[in-house]
Formats: sequence, structure tokens, C-alpha cells
Amino acid sequence: MRPQFLRGFWKLTWLETKIFTREPMGFVGTLVMPVVLFIILGRAFGVAKPLAVPEADIPFNVAILAAVLIAVSAVQSLVAIISIYREGGILKRLRSTPLSPVTIMGALVVVKLLFTVISLTLLMLAGRRLFPGVMQVNVFSFTLAVVLGTFSILSLGFVIASLVPTARFAQPISAFVLYPMLALSGLFFPVAKLPRWLESIAYLLPTTHAVALLNGVWDGSGWSAHWINVAALFVLFAAYTTLSTRVFRWE
Amino acid sequence: MPPVIAVSNLGKRYGRTVAVDDVSLEVFEGEIFGLIGPNGAGKTTTMECVEGNRVPDKGTISVLGLDPRRDANALRQRIGVQHQEAHLQKRIKVWEAVDLWRSLYTTHVADTDALLARLGLESKRNAWFMTLSGGQKQRLFIALALIHEPEVVFLDELTTGLDPQARRAIWSLVTGIRDRGTTVFLTTHLMEEAERLCDRVAIIEHGRIIEMGTPEELVQKHCPERTVVFTSDDADVTERMQGLGAVARAEGSASTYTILGAGDDFVTDVINIIAREGIRVRGFRTEIPTLEDVFLKLTGHGIRD
Repeated sequence: MRPQFLRGFWKLTWLETKIFTREPMGFVGTLVMPVVLFIILGRAFGVAKPLAVPEADIPFNVAILAAVLIAVSAVQSLVAIISIYREGGILKRLRSTPLSPVTIMGALVVVKLLFTVISLTLLMLAGRRLFPGVMQVNVFSFTLAVVLGTFSILSLGFVIASLVPTARFAQPISAFVLYPMLALSGLFFPVAKLPRWLESIAYLLPTTHAVALLNGVWDGSGWSAHWINVAALFVLFAAYTTLSTRVFRWE
Repeated sequence: MPPVIAVSNLGKRYGRTVAVDDVSLEVFEGEIFGLIGPNGAGKTTTMECVEGNRVPDKGTISVLGLDPRRDANALRQRIGVQHQEAHLQKRIKVWEAVDLWRSLYTTHVADTDALLARLGLESKRNAWFMTLSGGQKQRLFIALALIHEPEVVFLDELTTGLDPQARRAIWSLVTGIRDRGTTVFLTTHLMEEAERLCDRVAIIEHGRIIEMGTPEELVQKHCPERTVVFTSDDADVTERMQGLGAVARAEGSASTYTILGAGDDFVTDVINIIAREGIRVRGFRTEIPTLEDVFLKLTGHGIRD
């Protein structure tokens, strides 16, 4: 007997993957836009070299910005899909089959992770080709860090999805949470320079730790130097997931 | 024979609103049972509690001998469900939905193509859900509810929003489900639908069942009035009809006569008198009350008020 969780899991995952590719706007928006932004900004200002060279034109790493945008757009897309599915009674219909709730959510998350990895691969390929010598980061390590960050941000996405009343509010509400989150993440200016209260908030947000970890991976200082951020991503993931299982509404 | 569905003293409230106050009912194998009542009467909540998709506040429910909450997984394999105003993913293809649903159940129909053909969907196999008409969507939901050859099928407001033609097509499909031995539990606020489809109905209002029985029984019990209207050019028709029983009343204007009475034998009595008296009749029709009249009488208002 297969575990209950796996019943229909791969079929639903494959189906949701196909359905996602049938919607050109969402497909292009989440998959291609961060890469295009990376290329344009990288061309204009250059990608920060390893060990963060001070003479870079802009004080942040364009590759890391693009990677975080990929994660954030995956979350926005997930929130939108869940709210549309809920409003249309699709979640309710799926739930009254032998599919377990974990399977339904698991399939939606795996599809988002799949497209995160594809988008990141496009980013790496473009980087290697367009900015030779700069993109010397360990691809595997970088991807793993992005996936871990995405997982953690997705769990916050579930909390947002629980609070969104209708599909019409999905976009503004997720923007309301995600954009300040990006601003506080340490991408654009150091978290330590934020006012005390904002700094505390920043450490409760997964993007902050994802950015710190990605910077570390980029510099080559590695995972062990950033174990606190890795642990924080896991803790935040657990906390947000627990919270969302309590407040999530299926209809 | 034990009932397939047994509900006793079911209650469910949302906050301070009482959705279901006190509902008890039994559904037997091989029948189409209809829960009828106006919107907001508690039909859907009752049905969702029975399906195991909602947790009741009080009362006990047994479906196929199982507890819908405790034995949810076992029960889902044996019941088919169609929700009110349900949707699927906009861009899911008909065959993909059928294929997914089929893979979720331990037993399923051998030939899904035949099932789609039976529901008139074979030409829509590759169509996206969003491109289907209302009737086609409902037929797809019926297909999904039937894919694992369930023992009981739940249909919630199946034909709401459909045009009369699509509605009739769905009715004959539902009768077909029953004729194959499957028990059907449905809700509707359309009295004509209930009268055409259901072997037995329960009328629900304000979360309570106020009457239950076959549509004929209910009409007979609450609305025994019968009316015969005929036209004749003969003289003294009103006087010649006086041989009818005490309940009958004959009213005539010009050449049209309305005879009011009650009971099953009333129409026969009228015909017998017409024949005995040799009254020449140009036109003849009977008016028999419907479930809608029963509803009006029991609740004091129409179903759509």
C-alpha cells in the first residue's frame, strides 16, 4: 500500500505543471521576467564580483536580487492560485476526493519549486554567457540556497493565502507583505543599519536570511559561516507552516 | 433492509446563525432522495455533513454503515460527490480531469471513454474546462462523481442556472444512475425537478424537516383538491352535475364549467356523471396540485420568495 500522501501526488503535480504553462502571462511573468531584469541591470551596472568589490556601480548583487525576485514571484503566483482555487470551489472539490490536503498543497508547492529551479537555471546560463568571469559561484550550492529560501518564503505565502479574502485581493495583499519584505531583506542596504524595531522585524522575515545566505554562498564563505541563517530559514518555515495550518481556509 | 444513509438530530451553526437545527432522515438503497427547500434552508449544510466535508455540532450520521468523519478515507472511496456551483482549473482538459480522478480510486469504471460518451462529452475530451457550457460542466462533474462506481451519489443543486433543455438532459442522466442501482441523494429548490426525479422527498425549512414522503403522498395528504374544467353547450349542466359527492361544487359561466372536489376518485366520479347524464363535452381537463402547492401550503410562502 502506497502512503496516503502519494496517492495522486505525481499526477496532480504534472497536471498543475501543464496547466501553469497554458497561461502565457503567468508563465512568462514568473519564469522569464526576473531573468530579463537580471540581464538588463547586469548589463547596465555589472554583476557584483565575488568578495563584493567596493567599486561596483550599484551597492547590491544583481544576481542575488534576481534570485530573490524569482522566489518572491513564485510566492505571489502560489498565493494567486490558492485564492483563485478557493474562490472557485476547486480546493473544496479536490478535497472531497481521496486526495489528502497535504497532497494538494504539496503538489502546488512542488510546481512552484520546479519553475523556481528552471528560472534560476536560465539565470545562471545567461550569467555565464553574458558576464564571463563574474558568475563563478557554485551553481549547486546557490540553487540549493535559493530553493531553501523559496521554501521558507512559500510558507509565509501560505499564511498570506489564508488571510486573502478573495482572489481579487490576492495581488495587492501579497504585494503589501512581499515588497516591504524585499526592502528590509538587506539586499539594498545592510540590515544592521535599520532602526532597531525594523531590524527586529527584518529578522522575522525569511528573505533577510535568504539574502544573507546567498551573499555568503556568492562570496564563497559558505554554508557553515551562515548556519544561523540556515537555521532561521528552517525555524521560520516550521513556524509559518504551523501558523498557516491553523488559519488556512479551504473555502 | 437497513438504510444507506441514516441521520438523526443533526445540528450545525455558523457563529450565531443556525444553518441546520434538527434534521433526521433515512435514505434507502436504490432510491433517489431529494432534500427540497428554499435557498438558505440548510440543504447544502446537511448534505456536506453527510458527505463528511463538514463537522456537525450535534447528531449522528451513518453512511453505508460508516461514520463520515472517522471513516472519511474509506467512505470517500464509496461515495461520489457533486458540489453546488463547483469549478475546476480553467485550463484543465476534460480527459485530464477524468484521468486524475480515476487514478485516485481503488476501483473505477473500466472504460472512461464509454462513461464520457454516456454523458455526451466524447467530443469534448480535449477541451479546456473554461470552454465548456454550463450543461457540459455539470455533466463532467457527474462523470467525476461516477468514475469509481460509487454506491451513493450526492448531487447538490445539480441544474441551477441551466436552461430547460440542458436540465431535462441532466434529469434523464440522474434517472439512469438510479436505474443502475446507485442510491442518489440530491438537493434542489426546483419543485418540478423534485417531482420528476425523486422517489422520496424531504421538505426542509429553517434547518428543520417539516414533511417527508413520496411526492404523490405529500400531494395527496396536503392538497387533495382536484379540479375538473370542461366546456359544454348543453342546458342545465350545473343541475345535472348535482349527483356528485358533498365536497363537489360546480360553477359555470357561459359554457365553461369548473367542478371542484377532492380525493382520488373525484375525477372518475365526474366522468361517470357526464356519461350517465349524456352531457356533450367539447373540452375537458383536470388540474392536480403539485409539490409546489404542497410547499406553499406547508410554509405559507412560495419556494422562490
